[in-house]
Amino acid sequence: MFPRPIAQASPAGRLFYKIAVPVALFLWLLPLLGVAITSVRPASDLAQGNYFGIPSSLAFENYALVFQNTPMLKYMMNSFYVTIPTVIGALALSCMTGFALAVYRFPSNLIVFFMFVAGNFVPFQILMVPVRDLTLSLGMYNTWYGLALFHIAFQSGFCTLFMRNFIRSLPFELIEAARVEGVAEWRIFWFIVIPLMRPAIAALSVLVFTFIWNDFFWATVLTNSPDTQPVTAGLSSLNGQWIAQWHLVSAGSILAALPPVAMFFLMQKHFIAGLTLGAVK
Amino acid sequence: MSANWKANQRRLAPWLFLAPGLIMFLIYVIIPIFQSMWLSFYDWDGLGAKTWLGLENYRELVDDDAFYTSLKNNVIWLLLYMISVPAGLLIAIFLNQTIGGMRLYKSLFFFPFVISQVVVGLMFSWFYAPNFGLFYNLIEWATGTGIAILAEDKYVTYGIIAAGLWPQIAYVMILYLTGLNNVAPDQVEAARLDGARGWKMLWYVILPQLRPATFIAVVVTVIGALRSFDLVSIMTDGGPYGSSRVLSFYMYEQALSEYGYRMGYGAAIAVVLFAIMMVFISGFIWKMWRDETER
Repeated sequence: MFPRPIAQASPAGRLFYKIAVPVALFLWLLPLLGVAITSVRPASDLAQGNYFGIPSSLAFENYALVFQNTPMLKYMMNSFYVTIPTVIGALALSCMTGFALAVYRFPSNLIVFFMFVAGNFVPFQILMVPVRDLTLSLGMYNTWYGLALFHIAFQSGFCTLFMRNFIRSLPFELIEAARVEGVAEWRIFWFIVIPLMRPAIAALSVLVFTFIWNDFFWATVLTNSPDTQPVTAGLSSLNGQWIAQWHLVSAGSILAALPPVAMFFLMQKHFIAGLTLGAVK
Repeated sequence: MSANWKANQRRLAPWLFLAPGLIMFLIYVIIPIFQSMWLSFYDWDGLGAKTWLGLENYRELVDDDAFYTSLKNNVIWLLLYMISVPAGLLIAIFLNQTIGGMRLYKSLFFFPFVISQVVVGLMFSWFYAPNFGLFYNLIEWATGTGIAILAEDKYVTYGIIAAGLWPQIAYVMILYLTGLNNVAPDQVEAARLDGARGWKMLWYVILPQLRPATFIAVVVTVIGALRSFDLVSIMTDGGPYGSSRVLSFYMYEQALSEYGYRMGYGAAIAVVLFAIMMVFISGFIWKMWRDETER
């Protein structure tokens, strides 16, 4: 193990470490803590210059104000409308593409695979004008499905990389054995491979959920009204209206951050397994 | 089922499985790349007819000061973003211990990455805010005069990069934590018996084993740096006076914002950004290709 386990250090060293970790964490999360505290600070505190002290009272009404005076709830619902179909769609597509690229040998296999990988890295701006145009001409501009459709297509790049590598690590003898038995290819996919892919599906769902929920660029390019804007774009336009009302900005920020944070804490193991794929081999 | 299908099943099956994903990816990702390249030779407002300009858009770019500012900022982003690789490694080494509650500590350290960049941008704007921001006050306390980071063209890009580093370091940290978990303990013990300690141990024994983690960390950091858009848009909207623009933001501004709908010119900027990224992407793909075909 590297570094040397702290259990082998002197008692003073161990004590120092046990204090140093929470202190470092506190400093690391300072911006987050600041915003979290500001979100429950009464507006009167800010007016009197009490920016860092203890709030004079806990003003949960800031959150109520955000919900009552802004379309925040609608924004958050819109985000779910875009995010959930994207997770389902991208996973469905990439289970199939990953299976095709992992199991079959055919001449252009690696070329197709690397096309998915490379496409996943390109700057969004090179896609922006044509994708916006396509979405407009399909009559899907400013709709949740127009946005979700693009996300499904783009995410299938990363998901294919992930799924293909995952299926490759499965025991290939299972598939061989089934073929000898004369099992049809789609049945192999559905009854043998898919059940084994559960961990990969779980990991990718959490990851794609977070990516899409947090997307801002495509939200601004493909939507433009509060009826369809996801929470990131909504928060940005609210920020323009709430000049210097930091208690509201903070409350809105915390609300927008909540779903992915909850997702992360509930599915932590899967989330990290997804992110670190490839880093361990 | 016909005999024909039975005979060809194994040859056709991969393409049937690939079709839906591949078609979607071609329509929304691969073809638009070429459409943008083609569009960069035109003048187009997004609605009317397109006018062929040839290389005119690129000629204009060469004389465009805003383009150079963006390009320079992109280079600064790229260089400074690299800090997240050693910084992430350092935090990972610091946290790679087993004391009570360590799992929770690790996930809290990872927190910034889970949050949307829009929210990160707002947090740091508050942090930097003139007169009452924590950072402003700290500078004021240390030097006597506060600096409004986001309003000074000398500092603004650095201020935004610092905000971007926060989640990026968290990402790299988690990559290295997983990597450190998989370092072969017998090699570390053997090196210890040979007297390797501290930096020497890290450099000669640990880092070579962390190579895959380092590769992924560098890839995601380079891509993250060149994709920076959200933070610039949220924190400064490119200002003051366009001094914090990066190529991705400048492209958006030219093609879609109130400055007018110059789709062709925007596409030309996007092509330049794409060309820069392609240098790195080709490198990554080349390495992955080699690993793949060697196996």
